[in-house]
Amino acid sequence: MAKDTDGKDLKKVAYYPGCALEGTGHAYNRSTKAVGKALGLDLVELKNWNCCGAMEVKNIDPKIQTYLSARNLSIAEDMGFDTVMAPCNGCYHNLKKAEYDLAHDAGSVEVNARLSGKAGHNTYEAGGVETIHALDWIKRAVGEEELARRVKNNLKGLKIANYYGCMYTRPRHIFPEKDQGPGSESTAKPHYMDDILAAAGAENVDFPLKTACCGGAHSLSDSDTSTRLVLNILETAEACGAEVIATECPTCHTGLEMHQVRAEEVLGRKTNVKILYFTQLVGMALGLSQKKVGVQENLSDPRDLLRQKGLG
Amino acid sequence: MTALPFADLLDRLDARDGAAPAVDPRALADTHLIEGEGVLEAWLDSRGQVPTDVTHEGFRLLALHRQGARGEPSFNACRETCRELVYLRNVALACEGDTPELRRTLRLQAMVLRHLALFVGGKMVESGLGDFCCSSRPVRQRDATPLQGD
Repeated sequence: MAKDTDGKDLKKVAYYPGCALEGTGHAYNRSTKAVGKALGLDLVELKNWNCCGAMEVKNIDPKIQTYLSARNLSIAEDMGFDTVMAPCNGCYHNLKKAEYDLAHDAGSVEVNARLSGKAGHNTYEAGGVETIHALDWIKRAVGEEELARRVKNNLKGLKIANYYGCMYTRPRHIFPEKDQGPGSESTAKPHYMDDILAAAGAENVDFPLKTACCGGAHSLSDSDTSTRLVLNILETAEACGAEVIATECPTCHTGLEMHQVRAEEVLGRKTNVKILYFTQLVGMALGLSQKKVGVQENLSDPRDLLRQKGLG
Repeated sequence: MTALPFADLLDRLDARDGAAPAVDPRALADTHLIEGEGVLEAWLDSRGQVPTDVTHEGFRLLALHRQGARGEPSFNACRETCRELVYLRNVALACEGDTPELRRTLRLQAMVLRHLALFVGGKMVESGLGDFCCSSRPVRQRDATPLQGD
């Protein structure tokens, strides 16, 4: 299945990795590409893409952030794509927000047109390109049934807390496709990652902090708050019986891993739960090696646990 | 480590974790809700707002959150935290007898409450990070400043 329920062909989509996936989130980039290849899906990276504006630009001038994200959407359009996949929650959020602003805010439309003209590229107009997350991509292009058929190393026995972070579903109005009834993603209780990993055989635990803030924005200005927030997330996952926290955002992932180390150093509180990108887990379920999905790059070092479970 | 608001509450939660069971463990579920209300009251106070006494969906905690989120609760990164607090309270009250499941539910509810206190406390300390939620601030802002040099 490469066409989703709307009949859209998602076998080949534009790929916007964003800055984090070229740095701290390298293993996410690597495992996303490897999973795509294993599933027969093509990712075509945007040519000459730029930063989406992240948090920094938004907090100075949201219309500049809208322009920066819109430029990436215009590149996708120029390359002939109507869908761009952004695996990073921050990028995904910003591209969706730009789409919303360009559809609803005349000021954003004007600034985007002006800056696009100055930069000498086509002006992106709302409705030209759909932005999807890596979770949407696998869920819609492959689906649970097909994914389950392709599983070679079942994740059976692996207890996972699925952690979506705060930007995947907020604010609700920039995600009009969510909360549309059965089958659609929920902004209150997201489940796409749960669905995908369950199809790969994993045992998902009921995790009450799946959309809680990881303190990512605090990391530099107030590391102590971030450490406390992350420690509570890690301890809650363990209290739920999880051996692994699955992530789908490089900022959350890095924050969980870094502050897991810091919590032990600063607060003397050690947690053993391992942190893996969901694409790493799906990749191993599809028969890819630990190395192929970049497990060796994970700070929480899940290799012993994965070996015990017969993975990779 | 820097001191945070709600240190008393956080200490109380730490002390309760693993402590001997209270006489009526179900009462703890409501205590957690009241303590959560206290966190949101402090947040509203710090912004010069008078915390509401009304309820939303039967719970004052949710009404306080809606008040703080200024009419757009989905912006706010602790919306689900508040709802999980209420949900776990309801699960606890539905448990029959003093069972391990009830204890586990109350422990998870306490952890969710701890997250709320840390998150709100952190934002109160670092208010420059944004209007409560770092991802919501730009969307709330008035029109952006005009571009220079045009």
